[in-house]
Amino acid sequence: MASITLKNIVKKYDDGYPAVNDVSIDIEDGEFVILVGPSGCGKSTLLRMIVGLEDITDGDLIIDGAKVNDQAPRDRNLAMVFQNYALYPHLTVYENIAFPMRLAKGKFSKDEVEERVQRAASMLELTDHLERKPGNLSGGQRQRVAMGRAIVRDANAFLFDEPLSNLDAKLRGQMRAEISQLQRSLNTTSVYVTHDQTEAMTLGDRVAVLKQGELQQIASPRELYEQPINLFVAGFIGAPSMNFLPATVQGNVLSTPIGEIEVPDAIAAAGEGREVVLAGIRPEFFDDVATVDERHLSRGSTFRAELSHTEWLGNEQYVYVPYENDARVAETLQTLAADMDADELRQQLVIAVDASSRLRGGDVAELWIDSRRIHLFDPGTGENLTRDAEAGAELTEMAREDRRRDAERAAQR
Amino acid sequence: MAQRGQRSAKTILMWTGISVLVLVYALFPVFTILATSFKTPGDLGNNTLLPTDWNYTWQNYEMIFVGDAQGLFLTALRNSIGITLIATAIAVVLATLCAYAVARLDFPGKKIILAVALGVSIFPVISVVTPLFNVWRSIGLYDTWIGLIIPYLSLTLPISIWTLSAFFRQIPWDLEYAAQVDGATQWQAFRKAIVPLALPGVFTTAIIAFFIAWNDFVYGISLTSTEAARPVPAALAFFTGASQFEEPTGAISAAAIVVTIPVVLLVLMFQRQIVSGLTQGAVKG
Repeated sequence: MASITLKNIVKKYDDGYPAVNDVSIDIEDGEFVILVGPSGCGKSTLLRMIVGLEDITDGDLIIDGAKVNDQAPRDRNLAMVFQNYALYPHLTVYENIAFPMRLAKGKFSKDEVEERVQRAASMLELTDHLERKPGNLSGGQRQRVAMGRAIVRDANAFLFDEPLSNLDAKLRGQMRAEISQLQRSLNTTSVYVTHDQTEAMTLGDRVAVLKQGELQQIASPRELYEQPINLFVAGFIGAPSMNFLPATVQGNVLSTPIGEIEVPDAIAAAGEGREVVLAGIRPEFFDDVATVDERHLSRGSTFRAELSHTEWLGNEQYVYVPYENDARVAETLQTLAADMDADELRQQLVIAVDASSRLRGGDVAELWIDSRRIHLFDPGTGENLTRDAEAGAELTEMAREDRRRDAERAAQR
Repeated sequence: MAQRGQRSAKTILMWTGISVLVLVYALFPVFTILATSFKTPGDLGNNTLLPTDWNYTWQNYEMIFVGDAQGLFLTALRNSIGITLIATAIAVVLATLCAYAVARLDFPGKKIILAVALGVSIFPVISVVTPLFNVWRSIGLYDTWIGLIIPYLSLTLPISIWTLSAFFRQIPWDLEYAAQVDGATQWQAFRKAIVPLALPGVFTTAIIAFFIAWNDFVYGISLTSTEAARPVPAALAFFTGASQFEEPTGAISAAAIVVTIPVVLLVLMFQRQIVSGLTQGAVKG
């Protein structure tokens, strides 16, 4: 168990390209931190630098107070789960799990190895498979063997490199829950790399969002969702993505391609005096007026729009509203789409409405916006103009308290 | 369905036919040598495939193992086995280390090593052998085991390095990283995670190297002069008949059959190891 501190970490390749640029993260003992970002953002490189498979060009990596920049991977006492599992195919499941202990000669007695392997196996429901070879196991079982190998010795921290990306969707959900429970019960510091924002949101105490080697924001999932620091974080976190509408502020009204939206004064003030801003509205901030009750209705504003098509998913429903984009923000949105690994950003609003709503494509619908939750962004710098840093910090502090409570509960058991 | 069944039956028939043809083409010469090895000296020239006098059967074999040719053949056999095994062992160990470096590490001159290895392997043996003969004579390696092992290494190393580095490249990097994170040194990671996986490749390479050294004739005959180091293929040329007018074809055939046996045995023994597929399950599959 250990804390991990990254101090101004830089990774430059021979051609001078900085894969990771000046990243500083403090990971507390027992914390579960997620590194998330689109492909090529340097998250895997960062993880490999922590574990020691990649040299650190500049900056300090400190584990439990000791600088370990120049230590070999085996001296750092970290355990890693690889994307492709990296099981030893010539060894049985038992020997795979026992492998790290066999390498630490003299540290573990024969009985101890037996006991630890059996304990890990029962924890991961692998007891029946101990004598099999990895080649005969299913994807989920292989994944569990890889985790068994990680938990069997007293590693300072667990590092996960996209461990679920090779599994099918159903299994992924199940394994996600298992990893989460395992981490909570062992209370071991963990760093987890993923490009999947669902994994990031569900697993992490804190999530670090990276873009092109630079840390954008590190905060609890709630803070990232409610108070994103910039356009990129706002767009990357949340599914479906946040809608970005070009808008001009006049008084306390945003005029947008879909119509006039009345917003609270504080938001309007943030966008005051700017030629154009981007209004970030999450799909779930909208609703069908027909299904919103009176009390809520008065807290937002409404507008009418023609729908292009709808998607009914059972638990909710998405409706789409096409709109004309503003040439002044087209470039910003184009870059954003490229940064997020997405195709061209669609010029349509995605709106989540109640599953009971009877809206159909072609309808002209009356829609409601929870205007208090709108964020305004500067199209030039991407900065969030309406971010409430205090409220955000509070959300992250809440997550920290939750984690401490979990840890205490785990310790009592 | 019926049609498809028919077609597959036809395909099977066709492939069976082709396989039989190839087998006959490849094995018929071996069979004629086998038949010849059982013939009497008088039988050799009479244009029959099978020996006419079956009572003579083992005479040729007796000759090379316990008869007149015994001294020549048995020492040659001992030389062949010794020299070939040593050359193969050295080649495999060196090639494994070299191929691992070529496949895994980035170092200056990597391309040159591979190019030189390929260059050496396409260099005609016959053009090297005369200078080598002179050099060996002057430094005292002529007619010794080492004098043959060294040129055999030059024959076996290039192909071993190439096949093994191809094999190492197939093994996922992550296995080695995983071993290092699990607490292994680079050497331990190599020995415990990579070598066991590369074993089929190592076996295949060892067998190829063994064949090359075992079958060599040019070096064998040029760089030896006595029984001290002469291998079997060269020794066959020194067989003599009962009189100088009698060709020792029967004895040579018998010896040829005997030296083929280890090769066949090797392939049969290591057939299972040669069949790879061990890497399955290492990564997502």
